[in-house]
Amino acid sequence: MTTTRGYNIDEEAVRQAKGTWFRTREQFVRVLRKNPNLLIGLIILTFFLLLCGFAQFWERIDPLMLDPDDRLQGPNWKHWFGTDNAGRDIYSRTLHGGRVSLMVGFFVAVFTTLVGMTLGLISGYTPKIDIVLQRIMDSIMSFPTLLLALALVAMLGSSMWNVIGVISFVDTPRMVRIVRATVLTLREQMYIDAAKALGAPTWRILFVHLAPNTMAPVLVQATYVFALAILTEASLSFLGLGIPPENPSWGNILALGRTFLQQAFWISFFPGFLLTINVMAMNLVGDGLRDAFDPKMSRSV
Amino acid sequence: MWKYIVRRSLLAVPVLFVVSVISFSIMQLAPGDPAAILMGGEYIAIATEEEIADLRTALGLDVPPLFQYFNWITGFFVGELGNSIYTGVAVATMVSDRIEATASIVLYGIFVSIMLGLPMGIIAGWKMNTWIDRSVMIFAVFGFAIPGFWLALNLIYFFCVKLGWFPVFGFRSIVTDGPLEFLRYSTLPSLTLAVAFMALIARMTRSSLVEVLGEDYIRTARAKGLKESIMLRRHALKPAFMPVLTVIGLIFAAAVTGTVVTESVFAIPGMGRLFVKAVGDRDYPVIQGLMMIFATAYVFLNLIIDILYAYLDPRIRYS
Repeated sequence: MTTTRGYNIDEEAVRQAKGTWFRTREQFVRVLRKNPNLLIGLIILTFFLLLCGFAQFWERIDPLMLDPDDRLQGPNWKHWFGTDNAGRDIYSRTLHGGRVSLMVGFFVAVFTTLVGMTLGLISGYTPKIDIVLQRIMDSIMSFPTLLLALALVAMLGSSMWNVIGVISFVDTPRMVRIVRATVLTLREQMYIDAAKALGAPTWRILFVHLAPNTMAPVLVQATYVFALAILTEASLSFLGLGIPPENPSWGNILALGRTFLQQAFWISFFPGFLLTINVMAMNLVGDGLRDAFDPKMSRSV
Repeated sequence: MWKYIVRRSLLAVPVLFVVSVISFSIMQLAPGDPAAILMGGEYIAIATEEEIADLRTALGLDVPPLFQYFNWITGFFVGELGNSIYTGVAVATMVSDRIEATASIVLYGIFVSIMLGLPMGIIAGWKMNTWIDRSVMIFAVFGFAIPGFWLALNLIYFFCVKLGWFPVFGFRSIVTDGPLEFLRYSTLPSLTLAVAFMALIARMTRSSLVEVLGEDYIRTARAKGLKESIMLRRHALKPAFMPVLTVIGLIFAAAVTGTVVTESVFAIPGMGRLFVKAVGDRDYPVIQGLMMIFATAYVFLNLIIDILYAYLDPRIRYS
């Protein structure tokens, strides 16, 4: 090893950084090879994220443009997915709707994770709060999710952020349950005792020592929440209480398609198909992650 | 066993209390005075101040919320949930008129999903990693992801519009119109409900059976030359059904969510459609009553499942 001052330290750091990068990448590739489902799910998801996230680049016709001459046309070269009763292009609307739907799913997953982890960590660590909090979570879970979401959205008014808030509220208890269950098993571990003995404050034990170890089940659950939220949003919009209709989402295009089902089945077919494929891909990713985190399960399930 | 039943039942009491508070306070979330909104909105002065005050008294909104809650919850215990704001019909009557449609669709759907899902899961688990297993799993992944309303629309388009095999919407009672009419009207809605549950049951049965088949006592059973069919029936299926039981419990709860959408698409006069309509109309007594009924049913169902579980698996009783 050369001892040129400063120089070799940089070299060492670069080598180390490269090493971890290669290790993680190798590990990642190995996980993907073992879990073809995870790979398929990720490919589909990435494809739709690019397709819907950058909808303005792939769209062929303005999704809001009315074209009465072309109304209720079946799929053709000009309108790949056909047109609706006002002559709006279903292909463009589906891409833009996908963006709204995926955004709802993403934010619900983020909020549910943040709130669910905080409550779950506290609940799992402090038995006194746990008793009260778990009964509240039990009662929220006692309501059929869609019913509670419908009632809440109707009371608060339908806008995208209200829909996101309401679905997050409805989906949080399950996340709390999962984090709490993990914390209950971790609480007795030696390293928590060690942290306590060193005088670490409770918040530090919760968020520095316990939180990272709940990440695996949380990530898996967040993936399922993502899928579930997209379905719930679509159901709400389908029933006329979700995202306001001037803003296309998969749910409200489907709601329109229902009215014209007999004349123009393509209005509901395409957004519904994309919705199904996306939810399926997310469930595949969730299952794949679960198997990757818990190798014991992956061989049998 | 009795000790467990009492302990588990006591746990349900605080849950039911919070459930009632949530059901009741949903109304408080809406901005503005409900009575004024019902009389044509805050900004459109159709009704006079007195008329609004009269409506407020009629709805029992003139007392503080705490008293309103007390009146409402005492009413719930004697089956008195107030009257619909629009039709004036008692909520209890409205619900009992619609319970048959919802119950028959849900039971029919769950029956179909169990009858098809269980065998699918058993075959897939037994023939693990064969093409049968793979196709069942692919169906399970798809079936679980398909949104009910989209499936319903496709079924309607294919079977009703194109083939004309089934009526597009409506409901016929099995009691008054006979089983044949009931099947004609209810098969598609029930199938819509059933597909996701079928997928769930098949998947759960498969993974649970695969786990059981890996146990030592199954190897022993096979080693002593027991026929596969007898081994399955006598040794593998009973323990494999335990987790499936929980899933079937969950399905009853999920079915209620499913009926909301299914009943709306097929125009079935059930509780789910009643709820959607009440939400649209802001018919508060109906919304509150239905939420309370659904949640209470869920709490009791869970209670029964837990007790059943403890009965089947003694280890749970003592933990």
